Amino acid sequence: MTSYLRIDHVDKNFIRGGAETKVLSDVSLSVEKGQFVSIIGHSGCGKTTLLNIVAGLTRASTGGVLLENREVNDPGPDRAVVFQNHSLLPWLTVYDNVRLAVDKVHRSTKSRSERHAWTLHNLDLVQMTHAKDKRPAEISGGMKQRVGIARALAMEPKVLLLDEPFGALDALTRAHLQDSVMALHQKLGNTVLMITHDVDEAVLLSDRIVMMTNGPAAQIGEILDVPLVRPRKRLELAGNTTYLKCRQRVLEFLYERHRFVEAA
Amino acid sequence: MNMPAVNPQPARAIEPPIGKVLRLQSQRPKFSLSRAAAIGGDIAARVIPPMIVIALIVLVWEVLCRRQGATLPPPSRVIADTWDLITDPFFDNGGLDKGLFWHLSASLQRVAQGYALASIVGVALGTLVGQSTWAMRGLDPIFQVLRTVPPLAWLPLSLAAFRDGQPSAIFVIFITSIWPIIINTAVGIRNIPQDYRNVAAVLRLNPLEFFWKIMIPSAAPYIFTGLRIGIGLSWLAIVAAEMLIGGVGIGFFIWDAWNSSHISEIMLALVYVGIVGFVLDRIVAGIAHVVTRGTAAS
Ligand SMILES: Nc1ncnc2c1ncn2[C@@H]1O[C@H](COP(=O)(O)OP(=O)(O)OP(=O)(O)O)[C@@H](O)[C@H]1O
Ligand SMILES: [Mg+2]
Repeated sequence: MTSYLRIDHVDKNFIRGGAETKVLSDVSLSVEKGQFVSIIGHSGCGKTTLLNIVAGLTRASTGGVLLENREVNDPGPDRAVVFQNHSLLPWLTVYDNVRLAVDKVHRSTKSRSERHAWTLHNLDLVQMTHAKDKRPAEISGGMKQRVGIARALAMEPKVLLLDEPFGALDALTRAHLQDSVMALHQKLGNTVLMITHDVDEAVLLSDRIVMMTNGPAAQIGEILDVPLVRPRKRLELAGNTTYLKCRQRVLEFLYERHRFVEAA
Repeated sequence: MNMPAVNPQPARAIEPPIGKVLRLQSQRPKFSLSRAAAIGGDIAARVIPPMIVIALIVLVWEVLCRRQGATLPPPSRVIADTWDLITDPFFDNGGLDKGLFWHLSASLQRVAQGYALASIVGVALGTLVGQSTWAMRGLDPIFQVLRTVPPLAWLPLSLAAFRDGQPSAIFVIFITSIWPIIINTAVGIRNIPQDYRNVAAVLRLNPLEFFWKIMIPSAAPYIFTGLRIGIGLSWLAIVAAEMLIGGVGIGFFIWDAWNSSHISEIMLALVYVGIVGFVLDRIVAGIAHVVTRGTAAS
């Protein structure tokens, strides 16, 4: 089988001070080109660890990740990450944060003025052109995530990795950004792997939802296809039976079969 | 990450990064006249207290040193004795008989050279120690021992090595101010958030780009803390070193005045030393404020 992105029998053990903890156990997942896949699971089950392995920031203990049938071990701009806590460089302006990525990734393929235009284009995609000369400390949390997304998109990644991109935002900003991400996915057709712990967010945005069991030694418990047509509208879906069924399935998985164990 | 041996004196090595001091803005007054009065009052509130305190100190000093048998001159005597030096800091009668400006500028030049060298080498070594565990294990114990050696203890050794006063003084400045720069830089590099390293990894920044675009700006508040301590120590060391090596310089000026029992000149020189040291500190702090604008708040 040749998938676009393949996570192949990945195990991950962390060894610290002689004690070994198994975080991921035999995780396998295939993602097709252009698909939007969410990974959902309780806090601490190893979602970030899995995403970092795909990003190349962490090495798998066994198994590996294949992108277009080539093994990827090191981080690179073909798997751009939007981090859990925005990770903008505070000493650079919004424009310079994106420009740093553009300059690095497109140095040989774009001229100076093209890189400038490409930076502005990506800021425009996330509607942040108006704040381009501000520093991260001067903009809101939602705006920071937008800039983080613009920075990732500007790298023209093969796979876009989102680590709870809206986790720290209030509900309204969150909904607004979810709509933006959906619109961008519709427009650009990126392959996206997104971590979330929000059931509605997962169902609304994804083509497939990967549900992870609780750690230690978390596994993929279940994979759910979301057969909703795009473009999706938040309000129309509220009463849609397919939507409600999918939601129900995920909720059951998370809160009945794999309830969060306090002690873990 | 735990940082063991690098920083056993946190109070000295890590001051919190210098941040902006925000004051609550009082409601903007309607009339520009009252606004001007408010600003004037603000300035007065800052200037008047130190003026009063200085006046009091001078008064007490005058009273104490006017008495019969006082060993030190009162301020009125100091000013009368040194009036020529105060009014004409630029005279140059050749040899060591120069105005205070020339002495201060000779000292400042030595400090500038030694301190510049210490900054460059200190930041480079600090980066190495902060970045590589192996370098830290190897170098840190040596640094911790050497940095406790008093500045002047280096002087005989450097005189023996360089056989000349000028490079020896510069070396003493260098060796005195380099330790806080190394240690603070290393702490700053160690404290670079993993997030920034991840960003750099995803972008595949090469080591040189990583150094200039991530490390230096991220560690800048720490580096400048070290640079500020360093400039203070440099100025402390130069005065002492110059007393011993001689030649033109404010330290030698003080020693010379002592040898010819011109106590008033010593007092004048001390005032200048204090003011120059204060200005040097302010300059480095000002540069730090401009450079770390973005880093301080995140
Ligand atoms: N570098 C590390 N060394 C040792 N253990 C680690 C390391 N990184 C993560 N872990 C452990 O792995 C487990 C999974 O962590 P991870 O950050 O992947 O969880 P998560 O699912 O992303 O949680 P959250 O939803 O809170 O972000 C945790 O128990 C954590 O303690
Ligand atoms: Mg996480």
